[in-house]
Amino acid sequence: MKFHASIRRRLFFQLAGVAALLSLTFFFVVRGVAERAAEGTQDQVLAASAIAMADSLRNEGGGVTLDLPYSSLSMLGTVGQDRVFYRVAVSGQTLTGYDDLPVPTALPQPGEPVFETLMFRGDEIRSVTLLRPMGSEANRAQAFVTVAQTREGLETISRRITTLATGIGAGFFVLATALSLWAAGSALAPINRLTGAVTRRGPKDLRPVTAETPRELLPLVEALNSFMGRLRASLLRTEDFIAEAAHRVRTPLATVRAQAEVTHLKLRKPEHKQAIREMIRAIDESARSAGQMLDHAMVTFRADSLLREELDLNAVVEETCDRLDPTADLKDIVIHRDLPDHAVSFQGDRILLQAAVMNILDNAIKYSPADSDITVSVVEGAETSIAVTDEGRGFADTDLSRLVSRYKRGANVGDVVGSGLGLTIAADVAQVHGGRLSISSNKEGPGACVSLLLPR
Amino acid sequence: MRIAAVTALILLWVSRAVLAFEVEDHITYPAANEGSVLRIISTADREAFEPIIAAFQAQHPGVKVEYTITGTTSLMQAIAEEEAVFDLAISSAMDLQTKLANDGFAQNYDDAETDHLPEWASWRNQIFAFTQEPAVLVVSDAFFPDGDAPRSRDQLIALLRENPELFQGRIGTYDVRQSGFGYLMATQDSRNSESFWRLMEVMGRLDAKLYCCSGDMIRDVANGELALAYNVLGSYASSQQNGVDGFQIIEFEDYVNVMLRTALIPETSPNPEDASKFIDFLLVFGQNPDLVLASGLPAINPSVLHENTALRPIRFGPGLLVFLDKIRRDNFLKNWESSLFQE
Repeated sequence: MKFHASIRRRLFFQLAGVAALLSLTFFFVVRGVAERAAEGTQDQVLAASAIAMADSLRNEGGGVTLDLPYSSLSMLGTVGQDRVFYRVAVSGQTLTGYDDLPVPTALPQPGEPVFETLMFRGDEIRSVTLLRPMGSEANRAQAFVTVAQTREGLETISRRITTLATGIGAGFFVLATALSLWAAGSALAPINRLTGAVTRRGPKDLRPVTAETPRELLPLVEALNSFMGRLRASLLRTEDFIAEAAHRVRTPLATVRAQAEVTHLKLRKPEHKQAIREMIRAIDESARSAGQMLDHAMVTFRADSLLREELDLNAVVEETCDRLDPTADLKDIVIHRDLPDHAVSFQGDRILLQAAVMNILDNAIKYSPADSDITVSVVEGAETSIAVTDEGRGFADTDLSRLVSRYKRGANVGDVVGSGLGLTIAADVAQVHGGRLSISSNKEGPGACVSLLLPR
Repeated sequence: MRIAAVTALILLWVSRAVLAFEVEDHITYPAANEGSVLRIISTADREAFEPIIAAFQAQHPGVKVEYTITGTTSLMQAIAEEEAVFDLAISSAMDLQTKLANDGFAQNYDDAETDHLPEWASWRNQIFAFTQEPAVLVVSDAFFPDGDAPRSRDQLIALLRENPELFQGRIGTYDVRQSGFGYLMATQDSRNSESFWRLMEVMGRLDAKLYCCSGDMIRDVANGELALAYNVLGSYASSQQNGVDGFQIIEFEDYVNVMLRTALIPETSPNPEDASKFIDFLLVFGQNPDLVLASGLPAINPSVLHENTALRPIRFGPGLLVFLDKIRRDNFLKNWESSLFQE
C-alpha cells in the first residue's frame, strides 16, 4: 500500500496557509489605511496652519506684511512634537521664516495647495505651499506661504499601528491555526469513526459495514461492502463444497468398508488378509478426515449465528468421552475423567463444544501409544479449562501456534494419517465462544496437554 | 599697502571679536580625580548653580565642570551661529531653547529620568525643564503696608488709573527689548489676556521705569524708590527675601505665567555622556530639599500647580516660535513701545 501525506495534515496546512495569507493581507490593509489616515491628518493640519498664515497677510505701505498668528504654529504642536518650518515669500523675496526652505517644484494655484515630501536639514519633512494674490490692483504680488513639519510623530503613529496590526494579525493567525487544527480533526472524525468500526471487527466478520458514513465515503463503503459480500459468498460456497464433497465421500466409504470386512472374513491367505486390513485402515482415515471436514464446515456455519444455550460442561465432556471409549479400547487406552462434583454451567453451542472436545480427544487417542492413559479434566479458574492430557509423543519442536492453522500438522507425525483439521476446529470453537485453545507439553512426563479455555 | 593689509587684519580680528558671544563669567570647578570635562553654558547665576555643581561632582567625582555664564540671546547665538563647543546649554529662555531644538541644534537624550516629571516638562527628548519659576508682582512695603496689594491685573489697572499722582514714575517692569525673560513674559501675557495692552498703556502714562534684570527691580522696590514692579522673576525674588526687607511677592489670582528653566545637549557636544548625567541629576535635584534651598531654584513640582490653579506653565511647542518671528517681533515691540512711550 502506498502511503500518502495525511489528509488531516494536508487540510491543516492548507487552512493555516489561507489564514496566514489572510493575516498578511489584513496587516497590510490595516497599516495602509491607518497610515494614509495619519498622513491625511498631518496634511490637514499643515494646510490649516498655512491658511491661518495666509489669512493674516495684509497690504501695508505699498508692501505686504503679516502678524504670524499664534495658532498657526501652535496647532502644529497638537499632533506630536515635530519640528516645524515655515516661510512667507512675496514676489520671490522671503518676507519671514526659514529662507532656505525649498520652494515646491510645482507652483500652486490659488485655492489649491501643493503638498510635498522632501528632505530638509537632514530630516524628512512634509510641506504645504499655498498661493495668495496680494497687493493693490496696480501693484500685484504673489505671496507664497509654505509650512513644513518633520514626520517623527507620523513615524511614531506608524510604528504603533504596525505593532498593533502585527499583534492583531499574529493573534488572528494563531487563532485561525488553532481553529484549523480543530476543523481538520472534526472534518476527519467520521472517517476515524468508520475506520474504528471496520478495525474493531473480528477476522471472520464479513457482515456489511453499517456505521454512520459521510456522503463522500459512501461509494468507498459500498464498494467495501460489496467486496465483503462477494468474499463471504465465496467462502460459504467453498465450505459448502467441502461439506458436500465430504458427505458424498463418506457414504460410499462406509459401503466399501463393509464390503472389505466381508472380504477379510472370506480370505485365507495371510498376505491377502494383511492387504485388506491396510485397506480398511485407509478407509477409516478417509472417513475420519471427511468427518472432520464436515465438522469444520459445521463450525464455520454455526459460528455465524452462535446459539447460546445453558449447558453443563461436565455433561458435554462425559458424553464425548463415552462416545470415544470404544475407539480408545481398540488401542487399550483408558480415558480418565477428572471432573468436578457439581455441574459446570456455560452458555454456548452444545454441538460445537462436543465437536471441539471430540477432535482434541480423537487427536490424543490417535497419537497415544497403545496401553496408555488419557486424562480429561474440567477445572474452574479465571477461565474454565477443559484439558486433555495424553502420554503420546507430544509436539516435539513444532511451532505450537502454527498447529491451530488449517491443514498444519506436527513435525513428528509423518507416520500417522491425519488431516490437520482437528485442532483448527477446536480453536475455532474456542474463539467463537470468546475463549482460546492452549497447547503445551504434558508437565508430568511425555505427551501433550491441549486445553480448551472458555470465559466464565 | 602694508598698512592697508595690517588694518584689514586688525579689522578682521576686531570683527571676529565683536561677533563672538558675550561672556559674563567663566568658572572652572576641577574634579577630585579628573577624567572628563563637562562644558556648561548657562544663563543662571553663579550663586544659584554652584551648589548644584558641587552636589553633582560629589556624585561624579571624575567630571571637571567648566561653567560659562552668558545672557539668553548670547547663548542662542553661541550655539546656533558661532558653533561654540559646549556639552550642555541651560537657559531660562524657553522660546530660544525651543528654537534651538526645532532648528536642529540639540541632540536627543531618550533615556532621561522623566518618569516622575509631568508631560509638559520636556519636549522632543531634547529640552528638559528642571525648574518652574513664576513671574510675579513685587510691591513695596512702603506703599502697600497692610497687605492691600492688588490681586489681579484688573485690580492693578484700576489702582494705577485711580492714583496716577501716587504711582507716577514709581512703577517698574522689564525692558522687553533687552531681556529675553521679559519678552517671553510679555508675549505670553499678550496671548493670555487683552488686559495686558491696557496695563502697558497705563504704565506708559505713568512713565514706568524699564529694567534689564529682576535684581535691580527688587532693589528699587525694597528701598522704596518703586511702588511695584511687574513680571519679576519669582524665584529670584524669593531668594532675595531672606536678606532684603521692604517688599512683598504677589502671585496674581487671574493667572501667573510660569517659566521653565531648561537644559539641552547641543548637537556639537563632544561629551554627551556627562551632559546626560547632569540632566538626570537636574531632573531629580528637587528630591533634595537642601539643594533646592541652597540654589534658590524651585524644582518642577506638579503638586504646587494643583494647589494654585492660577499657575500656568508655559507650554513647549512650535507656538513658542511665533514671537521669535522677525516681523511678529518687530510688530510686537512697535506696539509695546507705542504703549509705553507716549509723547
